[in-house]
Amino acid sequence: MSAALETQALCKSFGALTVADRIDFRLEAGARHALIGPNGAGKTTFVNMLTGALAPSSGRILLGGEDVTRVRQAARVKRGLGRTFQINQLFRRLPVLDNVALGVAERLGVARRMWKPASAHAEVRDESLALLASLGLAADADQRVLDLPYGKQRLVEIAIALGLKPAVLLLDEPAAGVPSLESHRILEVLDRLPADISILIIEHDMDLVFRFARRITVLVQGEVLVEGTPEEIARDRRVHQVYLGEQRHA
Amino acid sequence: MSAHAGGYSANPRIRWIEWLPFVVAIAAFFALPEYLSLGARILIYILYALSLDLILGYAGIITLGHSAYFGLGAYVAGILGARLGVSDPLVQLVAAAAAGGLLGIATGAIILRTRALTLLMLTLAITSVCLEIANKATPVTGGADGLSGVVVAPILGLFRFDLFGKTAFLYCLVALLIGWFAVRRLIYSPFGASLTGLRENPLRMHAIGAPVYWRLVLVYTISTTLAGAAGALITQTNQFVGLNVLGFESGGELLVMLVLGGVGRLYGAFVGPLAYLVAQDFLAKQFPEYWYLGIGAMLIVVVMFARGGILGIVDAAVRRLRRRA
Repeated sequence: MSAALETQALCKSFGALTVADRIDFRLEAGARHALIGPNGAGKTTFVNMLTGALAPSSGRILLGGEDVTRVRQAARVKRGLGRTFQINQLFRRLPVLDNVALGVAERLGVARRMWKPASAHAEVRDESLALLASLGLAADADQRVLDLPYGKQRLVEIAIALGLKPAVLLLDEPAAGVPSLESHRILEVLDRLPADISILIIEHDMDLVFRFARRITVLVQGEVLVEGTPEEIARDRRVHQVYLGEQRHA
Repeated sequence: MSAHAGGYSANPRIRWIEWLPFVVAIAAFFALPEYLSLGARILIYILYALSLDLILGYAGIITLGHSAYFGLGAYVAGILGARLGVSDPLVQLVAAAAAGGLLGIATGAIILRTRALTLLMLTLAITSVCLEIANKATPVTGGADGLSGVVVAPILGLFRFDLFGKTAFLYCLVALLIGWFAVRRLIYSPFGASLTGLRENPLRMHAIGAPVYWRLVLVYTISTTLAGAAGALITQTNQFVGLNVLGFESGGELLVMLVLGGVGRLYGAFVGPLAYLVAQDFLAKQFPEYWYLGIGAMLIVVVMFARGGILGIVDAAVRRLRRRA
């Protein structure tokens, strides 16, 4: 069976600087997979190539077994690839409901309709409100995003991606910047995500990684150093040297 | 509430106050018969400003060159009426709108691949090129002397453009009513909601699978079509086209009007041209040499103290009154 998402010998270089060096990676169906690595390891570059925001120098990207290396970003979303951003990319001056509804409307193909009022599209509204309710954001639907506390903004970030009903979800540091008191809310939400979504999480918070992930890939200087179960990674000497050794482990 | 944001939680019902501009226009028609030509000009500029608000205020496309499409529309209507013997006003109007739309899709497809300052410079370049073409193509456009003798037949063969500008005023009012209704409908639609998404965060629009570029080209084309129609109206009411419809000054003037009224609130496009053109008319009579100073002072006050334009000031005042009540 083909992987949900796969890369084959994926490379990216900017001039002499190689930021992705022949990365072979498989995200299995229904996976809870973490991508970790020290700063500058090329994690964000890798994610940007997966989504289509950045074109690889060479190599292939397969989504559900189909080659999407040359497929544009928006078309990859239509094929079931959703993502969240490390730094919030929200529609800040719009209500929370609209933040989610814009994506839902794109998925349902109503976003280009020009005559019937948006608020009369009950299918978009209802689905968006249900999604917000499932994340505990029902009461905030009419608030502007910029008026929400940061922890809730991070949830909206995830909500937008979930509104796309992705088969593959890339979570770029979902708990980044959230005070530790609130980060358990994020983890709760992540734990309750539908099992059939294949998830790749990029995260610095090791507690979150080891609680959430069932497989871990360690990226160092654009190369896959090692991949394995959390236990294998925790025991791996090289990982300790290049990664855990560098950060004081709490 | 005067900011019309559209979206999935907005109530699209037309509130009574939204009819106010049209009530005022009809009242002015009867009460101020000697100002009908100024009135028609204001109505035309409102339609023109609405077309700008759609792309600037809602979709976040910044431009100084909207006059290219307005001017093209004006010249198309003028050339049809003065050179080609096509005098039916509605044919001229439709042809001008179509020309605006065609130039919009052709130029938009190129320039909307860029953003911000680059985009601003390209819009300037387009209207400057159009101005120079109109200036040099004297046999067709009349060049710097302008194009006079534009023949405009009675509307539907029934309503002659009279000397007092009554027909012209009502004709422009009907055109504005239709344009306003269409723009309002668009803003409250899912398409309109996606435009505000493009304005707020194009990066995220890509990430939710929106065809960002095509949607920008589409709204740009709709906007330039409207601008072309407004251009035809200015020709038909003046029965003359001058070079001043094109170029940076004309495009910049429109932007000033919209900023003055309030950007991205629909009715800023009504208030801005009204305030600007009335002030211009008054100041130009009182201080023929310094009237720009007054306009400049108005703009400085708005930019310094009221980023939401005149309507922003009204909003803030209403809020304060309500709190006190």
